[in-house]
Formats: sequence, C-alpha cells, structure tokens
Amino acid sequence: MHIIVCIKQVPDTADVKINPQTHTLVREGVRAIVNPFDLYAVEEALRLREKFGGRVTAISMGPPQAEQALREVLAMGVDEAKLLSDRAFAGSDTWATSYTLAMAIRRLGGAAVILFGKQAADGDTAQVGPGVAAHLDLPQITYVRRIVTVENGGDGTPPSSTMNVAPNTMPGAFLVAERMLENGFETVRTPLPCVLTVVREINDPRLPSLAGVLRARQAPVPRWGAQDLAAEPAKLGLDGSPTRVVRIFPPKSRMGGVMLEGSPATVVAALAQKLKDAGIESSRGGAAARRIGSAGD
Amino acid sequence: MSDERLKIDVDRCTACGACVEACPFGALKLERVAAVDLLRCTLCGACVEVCPTDAISRTERAPVGVTGDSWRDVWVFVEIEGAHIHPVVWELLGEGRRLADALGERLCAVLLGNQVRGLADRLVAGGADRVLVVDRPTLACFQDEPFAAVLAELVNRHRPAILLCGATNVGRSLIPRVAILTGAGLTADCTALAIDPQTRHLLQTRPAFGGNILATIECPVARPQMATVRPKVMQPLAVDLARSGEVQVEEVAAAMLAARAMRIGYTPEASGTASIAEADIIVAGGRGMQKAENFQLLEKLAHVLGAGLGATRAVVDAGWMPYSRQIGQTGQTVCPRLYIACGISGQIQHLAGMSSSEIIVAINKDPEAPIFKTATYGIVGDAVSLVPMLTQAFLDA
Repeated sequence: MHIIVCIKQVPDTADVKINPQTHTLVREGVRAIVNPFDLYAVEEALRLREKFGGRVTAISMGPPQAEQALREVLAMGVDEAKLLSDRAFAGSDTWATSYTLAMAIRRLGGAAVILFGKQAADGDTAQVGPGVAAHLDLPQITYVRRIVTVENGGDGTPPSSTMNVAPNTMPGAFLVAERMLENGFETVRTPLPCVLTVVREINDPRLPSLAGVLRARQAPVPRWGAQDLAAEPAKLGLDGSPTRVVRIFPPKSRMGGVMLEGSPATVVAALAQKLKDAGIESSRGGAAARRIGSAGD
Repeated sequence: MSDERLKIDVDRCTACGACVEACPFGALKLERVAAVDLLRCTLCGACVEVCPTDAISRTERAPVGVTGDSWRDVWVFVEIEGAHIHPVVWELLGEGRRLADALGERLCAVLLGNQVRGLADRLVAGGADRVLVVDRPTLACFQDEPFAAVLAELVNRHRPAILLCGATNVGRSLIPRVAILTGAGLTADCTALAIDPQTRHLLQTRPAFGGNILATIECPVARPQMATVRPKVMQPLAVDLARSGEVQVEEVAAAMLAARAMRIGYTPEASGTASIAEADIIVAGGRGMQKAENFQLLEKLAHVLGAGLGATRAVVDAGWMPYSRQIGQTGQTVCPRLYIACGISGQIQHLAGMSSSEIIVAINKDPEAPIFKTATYGIVGDAVSLVPMLTQAFLDA
C-alpha cells in the first residue's frame, strides 16, 4: 500500500509573541516545527504501513528550510520525502497550495490513502486537505478520529508496494473511518484511493528513534519545482491564488480585566452579582444553551 | 528577477529595520538596505505600512479575466440535520442581509436535502429574499461529494457574488471542495465581513497564527467570494414572519448526486451538557481541578447555568474528559457569551480556542497564571472549593 502524507512546517505558535511597541509578530527565537496536526497524520500513515505493508511518502510545500520538517518525519520512520519548493510557488493561498500538492501526488502515483492533519497552526484554515481531494477528484473523510477497517480489495492478496494504480481505480478496496461531528461521530465508508484529514484523538505520535534520526540525517530529500510537476503556471503561487491578504494587524487586546479580591464568600458573591448584571442566570435544564434546532422556537 | 512583486527602493531605504520587525513571515532582513526573501513573502503589505520613507511597494497584479460585475447576490448555505436548521444559518442570514443591503443586491439561502421544501419559509423569515431548494432522497444526510457537486452547479448556474457558510465540521469539509470546483477564493473562520465601498469587494477578516494576529483578505477577481464564519460570531436578524421571498426548486442531473463515501452509522455523544460549539455559556476545567472526579463540580455548575462543559488539552490527554470537549488550538474554537475557566493556566494554545469569548472568568490558584491577562474577571483561589460556592449562588438567586 502506498500512503502519502502531506506536512507543513509552521512557526511554533507557542513561541510567537507580539512586540508591544509595533504590535507585530516577533520572529526571533521562534522555532519552526512540523505542524502539530500533521504528526498525527504521519503516525497514522506509519500504522497503516505496519498493518498492510507498503511505503509511506511525505511531501511538503515550502521554502528550502521546510526540508528540516521532512527530516523529522523521516526520523519517525517515513520511507521517502519530497520537498516542493520553487519561487513559482511563493505567495500561494490554499487554492494554489492544494493544486500544487495535488500535482505532486499525481506525479508520485499509486497512492491508496492520502493523509493530512486537520489544519495548519499558522493559517488555521483546514482547507488544503479537502482542496487536494477536489483537485484529484477523490472521496474524502475529514475530522477522522479513528480508522476502523481498511480492506485492500482485489483477490485478497496482501497489498503490494509495487501497486501503481491511477486514482479512482482500486476495485474492491475501501476504508471505514469515524468522523468527528460536533455532537457525536459518524461512521463513513469510502472506496480507495481516498483523502483523510485527521484530528488529535486518532493516535499518539511516536517519538523518533535515535537510529531514525541518524538515518534521516543521511536521507536524500529531493526537491521538486514547478517544472517537475507539469503544473499550469497560471495555477501556481500568487497567480494561482484567488485570495490575497490586504492587511495584517494585531487583535484588540482585551481591556478592563478586574481581579476580584476578598474571602471566598465575598469573591463568589461579587462574581455572581457581576454575572447577573450581565444577564447570566441559572437556567432550568439547559435552555440557555443552544443546540441544533429550528429558529424562532 | 523580472517579476519582483515586492520592491524595495534602495535610494529611499534608510535601513531603519521597521519592516524587518513588522514582517509576520520573517521575509525581510537588513543587509546594506532592506532585502526581501520572495519565497517567504506573502505580499501582506505589513512592511509597506510601517516604512517611514515609503521605500517599499507592492506591485499590484493586473486582474485577469472578468471581474465580478455579472456576479450578483449574497448566498448562504443552509446546513441542516434532518429537519433542524443549524443555528449558524440565522447568524449568516443576519450578516448576509447586511452585506446584500450594502451591495443593493439580494440575499439567497441555498437548501439541499430531502423533504426540506417546508423549511424555506423560515429562511425567508430569517432574512432571505430568495430560497433555492434542491430536494432529493440522496441528499437526506450531508455527504461531501454530492453536496459539493450540487452547490458548485448552482453557483455556476446563478453566479452569486458571495457565498457564506458556517465554519462547522460540515461547512469546513464542504466549502473547500466547492471552491476548487468553481475556481473561487475561500477565506475560513471569518470574524468580520464588510463591503469595501469603492471596489464593492468583500473584505474578510480572520485570525491567524493561533489568533495572535488578524488578517483582512479579499478576492479581487475570482467569483464567488466564499467565506466560512464560526457559530456565535455574527448576529441573526429578528425573525419576521411578514417578510416575503420567493422559493425556487432547482433540478440537477442525477449523476451529480453520486457519492463514493457513504455514511453507514451515526453515534451521538451521550452527554448531559450542551454542545460546546454552540453554547452561550461554557464552563471549562484544566489541570488545576486536580482530578477527574472534580469535574463533577464543573458539571453541576454547567447544569445550573445551562452551559456546555469544556476542557483543556492537558485534561483530555490525562483521560479525564473526552477529546470532543477539548478547547484550544488542537481542539475546538468556541465563542460563547461567558467562559468560566477553572484551574486553567491560560497557555496560548488554549487561548487560541476561547479568547474571543465575550466575558471570561478565570479561577486559578496561581496569581501569575497567564489567563488573568485575558480574563474579564479573575479570582485567585482554588476552583475546587470556589466552584461549588458559585453554583450555590446561582441556585439561590
């Protein structure tokens, strides 16, 4: 089984601080890390390989330093990595990014499952996974919290890593997964190949072994540019991005925080009073909280 | 480089470094003068604004293709579960109404489902001038592919200028597919929308970097301009049963309704408390609650207030609460009227999930806890003893 995982290198948002004078992001000392959600996707890919055999390829679109992120997942046990990096990709929004990744996945060929983390910690859009699925015309399951079954189909022979089929043509192969919704989860069955985006609940990512780290240091990380992807230039980078950022600014800081002081009884009474003044009251049986329901009820 | 999109006028540059500090992406550095790394630059323009000598300019991309004039109206996708309309739809209709009025165009609700024609009148009462309905048995429950195909078809057929959708699990799965199918630009999780009075473009503002910054985005050429909006961010209109609107049933080819991924089961979360995604009030607990059993205290408070019950990642990792309750960067983002943070220190990844709550109450033993910088009301104390007292105070009221 060939499994492809798409990862992104992002700034560690825990380190990102706002400069109090200029109100802009302070970049010094901010580590670049593998997007946290992508680690769950990588771990799931490795588990699929452990169960079914095959290989895992990680790809990432980014500037040259994104190679470090690919080495980190190689150290976890990913078999191969490719870095998609080219000036032509600069300025990509999620439309152009998902197009670029889709072209790389097409070039790699033979993927049964394509995995993404739910969203990236810098853009936070969660658009690229479904966008790639749409570009590749593949079914998708988002918010996957558990893969229940994978059936590789065909005549029952175990999945082979030399299998090389085009999308939409893996007869009999399917996957069943649990997809998280706001009030529960649904169980979804999809034929393969398919795209999955995974949430934090799905697994606990392994730490790289020392052997893995050493191996990853030596591993080649080929770089693919626009030429290697047979991509249409008009769909790449800035030209391929329907959206553009007009302005960036800091959020208004919350003002007027008040510390309530005194004995426990005093502070609780003060707090309860402030909340009542703001219109918060006890409800009976949860009527104040809204659920999915019809309007005007 | 022949197509430099960001140009630095070396004669004007005084190497003051303001641009280097302003750049959220680390794309600028000072050599003799400022220099830009085009691979990192996203053309956000933060540097252009801060340069004291106007040494930096962005070359505007000439619009390609036909700009939006022939694309009209504001659309709202109606997310439903059975016969229930998701509350975010009313908020989108409220915001959509304001945008349509600013444009002098119509607001149209788009409803896909099975046996849903009867819901159309409520959508008109909620602000829609028009409701487009596709009513087919195979659309009885949400599935990504047929919904995306049908919505894309309707978009191509009617050419709306703007399409709004709730940033729910459904919306965030569906709309990116539609954006690819229609070549549209999509901005996720918008917290503010406005019409630029000169260009008539939709200005979409949203948080990024875990909420550390806000970005305003526009889609100058491609249509429709698509945006998802989180629940509880926009304001609904007052229901007006006297409002009139037209309902139009649309037919689509059967081939569009084919779905490869199929729902084969649904397991609701058994819970006595409200869903946190839509709750007006949330009571949330962190490691400061000390042990799993103490969450019963929070549950009692939640019951009394009719609130949802949330948790930090540390609590979920410890197995005290299920992942569906996790609030924060790798969990859910919520926007209630009131957020009561009990024994939560306020790490930035948690704040990313709740900092836009209207009123934040924080109870924590540690006076240095970061959450106190964000809280509206802060109490230094042990949540385990204070929460039951607060519960009682509300019961006594």
